[in-house]
Amino acid sequence: MSNDTVLETGTRPRRLPDRLTGRGQRALRSWELLLLAVGIAIFIANSMASPYFLSAWNLSDATFNFTEKAMIAFAMALLIISGEIDLSVAGIIALSSTAMGFALQYGAGTPVLVLVGLGTGLACGALNGTLVTRMGLPSIVVTIGTMSLFRGISYIVLGDQAFSGYPAGFAVFGQGYVWWVITVELAIFAALALVFGVLLHATNFGRQVYVIGNNPTAAAFSGVRVARVKMILFLLTGLMAGLAAICLTSRLGSTRPSIAQGWELEVVTMVVLGGVSILGGAGSILGVVLAALVMGMVTFGLGLLNVPGIVMSIFIGALLIGVIAIPRLIALARRRAA
Amino acid sequence: MTRLLKSRELLLSAAILALILLVESRFRGFAAPGNLTAVFNDTSVLIILALGQMAVILTKCIDLSVAANLALTGMVVATLNAAMPGLPVGLLILVAIGLGLVLGAFNGLLVWLLDIPPIVVTLGTLTIYRGLVFTVSGGEWINSFEMSAGFTALPRATLLGLPVLSWVAIAAIALAWLLIRLTPLGRAFYAVGGNPHAAVYTGIDVGRTRFMAFVLSGGLAGLCGYLWVSRYAVAYTDVALGFELDVVAACVIGGISIAGGIGSVGGAVLGALFLGVIKNALPVAGISPFWQLAISGAAIILAVAFNARAERRAGRVILKRKEASA
Repeated sequence: MSNDTVLETGTRPRRLPDRLTGRGQRALRSWELLLLAVGIAIFIANSMASPYFLSAWNLSDATFNFTEKAMIAFAMALLIISGEIDLSVAGIIALSSTAMGFALQYGAGTPVLVLVGLGTGLACGALNGTLVTRMGLPSIVVTIGTMSLFRGISYIVLGDQAFSGYPAGFAVFGQGYVWWVITVELAIFAALALVFGVLLHATNFGRQVYVIGNNPTAAAFSGVRVARVKMILFLLTGLMAGLAAICLTSRLGSTRPSIAQGWELEVVTMVVLGGVSILGGAGSILGVVLAALVMGMVTFGLGLLNVPGIVMSIFIGALLIGVIAIPRLIALARRRAA
Repeated sequence: MTRLLKSRELLLSAAILALILLVESRFRGFAAPGNLTAVFNDTSVLIILALGQMAVILTKCIDLSVAANLALTGMVVATLNAAMPGLPVGLLILVAIGLGLVLGAFNGLLVWLLDIPPIVVTLGTLTIYRGLVFTVSGGEWINSFEMSAGFTALPRATLLGLPVLSWVAIAAIALAWLLIRLTPLGRAFYAVGGNPHAAVYTGIDVGRTRFMAFVLSGGLAGLCGYLWVSRYAVAYTDVALGFELDVVAACVIGGISIAGGIGSVGGAVLGALFLGVIKNALPVAGISPFWQLAISGAAIILAVAFNARAERRAGRVILKRKEASA
């Protein structure tokens, strides 16, 4: 019964050995063009639906709908391309935020708070990475476990209480402006898009991420240190979740254990909507950037139309399934017709 | 293999017993028969859901939408009951199971026909179903005074000394055991998860088997929707929020391998009971209920790590035996 799992350890049979060249790449391009078109259409629809949409300050506010999630989505994109996933990111935000609030009780200033936030994120990523790469456990289950562990620790620390009273200097991350309507978060988002774009598409490391996602065994035999690359990706995802925790905590000015509840879903949706294959091996940062903009505008537009948050989540869930289902449905219909 | 599974069940039983004795040694009365049946009754819903989840996990899939399914079916039957108190409870239970089956079938169809990874499907339907609870109810609560007496009384009615809720769980355990051990579908669950490629060659439709597992899990979640809402006599949007994690935890603790193909009904039940005992011991021991989430998470991680080691060992033994016979 289980000899099969032994023989299969570390490898997963893939139907498509390489999706980077030829039609796959072209499909990705057209996916990005499609996203761009959808984004523009939503922008026009929004500006027609609500007279309040087309104002520089409103649009600036709208960016908060996606900037924090997108920071995590960049790292998550690399992780999913490599064939793993991290569902604990929202739990990491809760724990990082709680750790910062805890440090605050001991009089920590802004620099210390930032270090605590990023450090907690890194530590959580290290735990995920160790469990997955050292012990060979499936990342889906490990991160479902750590998701409740991390948030659970926040609940133990905080219960039904909240940390608040963050110093004024700390507010710059979530409430500050770089120039005119450009928020600090938007600037961080843009900088990270550039950094991750270069990392994935223009470095050796990025190539290794794709290779691992397409065929981990072949990657190992061609000298890629699979475990090390995956460990770095988990650390990176943890770090980005820590950064998102800093921005979100700074923006809200308080920490509750229910902070960022359900964000893992929105981050994964953003990544998948951006054209990253959930099976690994394909995707681009440009796609994730476009997906972030589209999702941000959709939720902002629905918000302007007074649609409640939980109804928006129906939309996000449907988007996640629809984005994967529709191309497959079309392929299925074509096969039936042929 | 069976010896290993048996030892896992033995180990879990011993752990549960030790846990009960530990609590009993500090707080007299916890191990009293009356309290233990109350703990079992309290764990009934978790047991039923874990049985459905077991079938899904055996086929190498996962169903994270069970708690949302439960909340939606519970809200629908509670709304029906509040609007039309004349409807017989039996009919409402059928509606709950039927709706649960449909919601499970939706998951199953996406996995079967479109080959979408189950984790993505059920993460999506988790939010969709939960959101639908809000749209069905408009965010309103349905409280006990709006429900009919028969609706809320059934799970609490006692039969031969045990509440009906407990009897439903016992029946579910018995039926699940029969399904898993004695029917071709039960064998197919193992075959599909153990080795999908080999399953195809033996004439098993992998996709259809997975679909059936999701339908089973959905139907049981629907039944639990009625049980939950009527037992607590309240229905609202956040009913059983995050309960899917407990269900997965129960399965993983019970030795059901997330890689598919390994697990038993006894394991799932014991895994659920283990969590149930902890959950009921916490307030007795004066520990804040806020510990619950972290304990579930830690239990999942430890159990997965433990399972992975046990499976590796089992695999080696099988390979050796093969070499010897060759």
